Amino acid sequence: MWLCSPLIHSYSSTSLSSRHRPNRHNPPPSPPPHPLTPPPRSSFSVKVACLIDLSSNLEVHCIERKTSFFFIHCDGSLTSGLNLRNSRSARLSTNAVATKQDNVTASTASKPGVTNVDETPPSKPIGNILEALREGLEEEMERDPRVCVMGEDVGHYGGSYKVTKGLATKYGDLRVLDTPIAENSFTGMAIGAAMTGLRPIVEGMNMGFLLLAFNQISNNCGMLHYTSGGQFKIPIVIRGPGGVGRQLGAEHSQRLESYFQSIPGIQMVACSTPYNAKGLMKAAIRSDNPVILFEHVLLYNLKERIPDEEYVLNLEEAEMVRPGEHVTILTYSRMRYHVMQAAKTLVNKGYDPEVIDIRSLKPFDLYTIGNSVKKTHRVVIVEECMRTGGIGASLTASINENFHDYLDAPIVCLSSQDVPTPYAGTLEEWTVVQPAQIVAAVEQLCR
Amino acid sequence: MAQLTRRSANLLKPFSASVSATRHLTTSDTTPITVETSLPFTGHKIEPPSRSVETTPKELLSFFRDMALMRRMEIAADSLYKAKLIRGFCHLYDGQEAVSVGMEAAITKKDCIITAYRDHCIFLGRGGTLLETFAELMGRKDGCSKGKGGSMHFYKKDSGFYGGHGIVGAQVPLGCGLAFAQKYSKDENVTFAMYGDGAANQGQLFEALNMSALWDLPAILVCENNHYGMGTAEWRAAKSPAYYKRGDYAPGLKVDGMDALAVKQACKFAKEHALKNGPIILEMDTYRYHGHSMSDPGSTYRTRDEISGIRQERDPIERIKKLILSHDLATEKELKDYEKEVRKEVDEAIAKAKECALPDSSELFTNVYKKGFGVESFGADRKELRAVLP
Repeated sequence: MWLCSPLIHSYSSTSLSSRHRPNRHNPPPSPPPHPLTPPPRSSFSVKVACLIDLSSNLEVHCIERKTSFFFIHCDGSLTSGLNLRNSRSARLSTNAVATKQDNVTASTASKPGVTNVDETPPSKPIGNILEALREGLEEEMERDPRVCVMGEDVGHYGGSYKVTKGLATKYGDLRVLDTPIAENSFTGMAIGAAMTGLRPIVEGMNMGFLLLAFNQISNNCGMLHYTSGGQFKIPIVIRGPGGVGRQLGAEHSQRLESYFQSIPGIQMVACSTPYNAKGLMKAAIRSDNPVILFEHVLLYNLKERIPDEEYVLNLEEAEMVRPGEHVTILTYSRMRYHVMQAAKTLVNKGYDPEVIDIRSLKPFDLYTIGNSVKKTHRVVIVEECMRTGGIGASLTASINENFHDYLDAPIVCLSSQDVPTPYAGTLEEWTVVQPAQIVAAVEQLCR
Repeated sequence: MAQLTRRSANLLKPFSASVSATRHLTTSDTTPITVETSLPFTGHKIEPPSRSVETTPKELLSFFRDMALMRRMEIAADSLYKAKLIRGFCHLYDGQEAVSVGMEAAITKKDCIITAYRDHCIFLGRGGTLLETFAELMGRKDGCSKGKGGSMHFYKKDSGFYGGHGIVGAQVPLGCGLAFAQKYSKDENVTFAMYGDGAANQGQLFEALNMSALWDLPAILVCENNHYGMGTAEWRAAKSPAYYKRGDYAPGLKVDGMDALAVKQACKFAKEHALKNGPIILEMDTYRYHGHSMSDPGSTYRTRDEISGIRQERDPIERIKKLILSHDLATEKELKDYEKEVRKEVDEAIAKAKECALPDSSELFTNVYKKGFGVESFGADRKELRAVLP
């Protein structure tokens, strides 16, 4: 029915080990595609259709929008360039575009592949990550009376970042507990409560403060299930904002993923959009294992459409943000947005990056990452962790170990500089990876 | 056939052993006996309970039985360690048995106890068996933590024993968390969070106490003051060695920890107080005969005279023995015979534990995560379920 471009063809093909891939210099074997016309009403209707074909030197036929891109698959499913519905997830999922433009492509589908934007407008207002987290938290507290929250200023104040706003009036002071400034002991208390069967959520006002609770997190939280021979489980969620903010200073701009990643027995996830924030929060609360949920200070106000239906995401799965052919860019949390910004530039320059938000920092979703590596053979990791011993370092080692044969070039890992985050704005900008550096790295890699 | 007779012989053996061991020293006599504790209680911001303790012959004999078992078990652990069957760290509790039995007499199995690494006897007191203890100490899979915890990680969930923790002081916030959960679920139980005089200087204790007092949690902080934090005497580590006063706004009680009846009285009093008014600190003045652990001879920082002096004057088992003899509940010979029985029982348990298997190598990866929400760390191809974390 469709003339699929070779681009799409190889994406949906199963011969992932094939080393031939189209790029600017090798013309594809099949005839150039036609610009797509809107499909007959019976399958789906879209308002915008664009196709990027690298072989035809970037003739972008874009009816309404120039900056985003879509791929029309051979089976007729529509995926937006920014947020690909993860087809492995069997749950309801919404394709939402987290940008400021008109959201014509937001699609709420009850089965994958069929989008009817005109007939089912999403009923949920647009929410940001804060609201997404709060919704997830509230739904879980409603569902299970054992779920409780502990942290500094979570109760009456509503949370320093307003994630727990309104919960204390609804659920009471014991269930949404205002603790004194004693991270070590209130984390210990949460772990003790978890041993008896409660499901506490510990909020660190800033992730950096959880360093004070490191003993409790490492020894008691991570290891108790093992050292007790399986007698006790610790269904705790430790969450908090971290990462480099706007000139917050060195001690309030810490990335603790690298410190916690070696602790056996815990799981780590990082959310980056309202959609995955809510899903991961719910999954983390329902999980019987201790989960550390990393949020980012600068992402709290990011708005997106959140689905109405209840959904829970898989804690160990990575998210395919933008499928591509030339290079795999692995990222998480705030760097996802820097990467997407760089991706726009890269696409304009003719590259086709595949962007994966790894989401699960421990364990890594080597399946998704592996499939991507087998397809593109080049990897760039963009992270906000420090260069030394960060998540990128572990991921590099993991990929090298497992997929060495599939790599055409050494893995490039772009991480923050090994310095305490300075206060001055310009210096702070240079400690984290900027889109220009990502573009330069990809260009260098794909030379 | 041979197996059948062997099995039946095995069946008969422990039965006869238990019959002979308990035949002399059980009684269902519950006529109350009033005993005075060795010392009066000292209170801090609270009216101390009275010195007279009500007890029964049944209880006194059970105290003796339990303490004799604990003492024997610890001494056997000592020889096992020297025979290199127990490795790593081994912290022995002999001399402090009265704290464990006295506490058990005052509470139920629904109340929670959490302690540090000197946990073998408390585990026994909570209902653990000798086999589980020795198997865990020797790293066998029949141990209470399947051999994966070791000496410092004994747990018994069904009788409310929450361990067994290696890091000094970290168990106290956990204990306050247990009390929080008890308050949350509104069951009328308390938590005894035990720690030592060395741990009493940890900041997290004060943080935990502050929170417990703030929210009226039913937490009882029990400081087992054996006067030495490994090699450092209490006067060299603490500006204020009156640990029961350290809580300041929280009331405290100082108890003679070598007197099981005093411990029982104090724990009963503390439980009533905690259920109504929030946390209370109990300081048990006790003593350990062994060093801090098996790698510490225990004589470089204290004199042998001091140890033998306390053994003569304040030994908990001797005290109960004197009470039993003075009230004619058993003869000296019966008590000695019982101790011999206990020795045999412990030896049998050790022999059985020695025969237990070591954990399978697949056990390395079990119990790291709890199965749920798909914690399956797949290998690269999703065919190889590398390190399934069940």
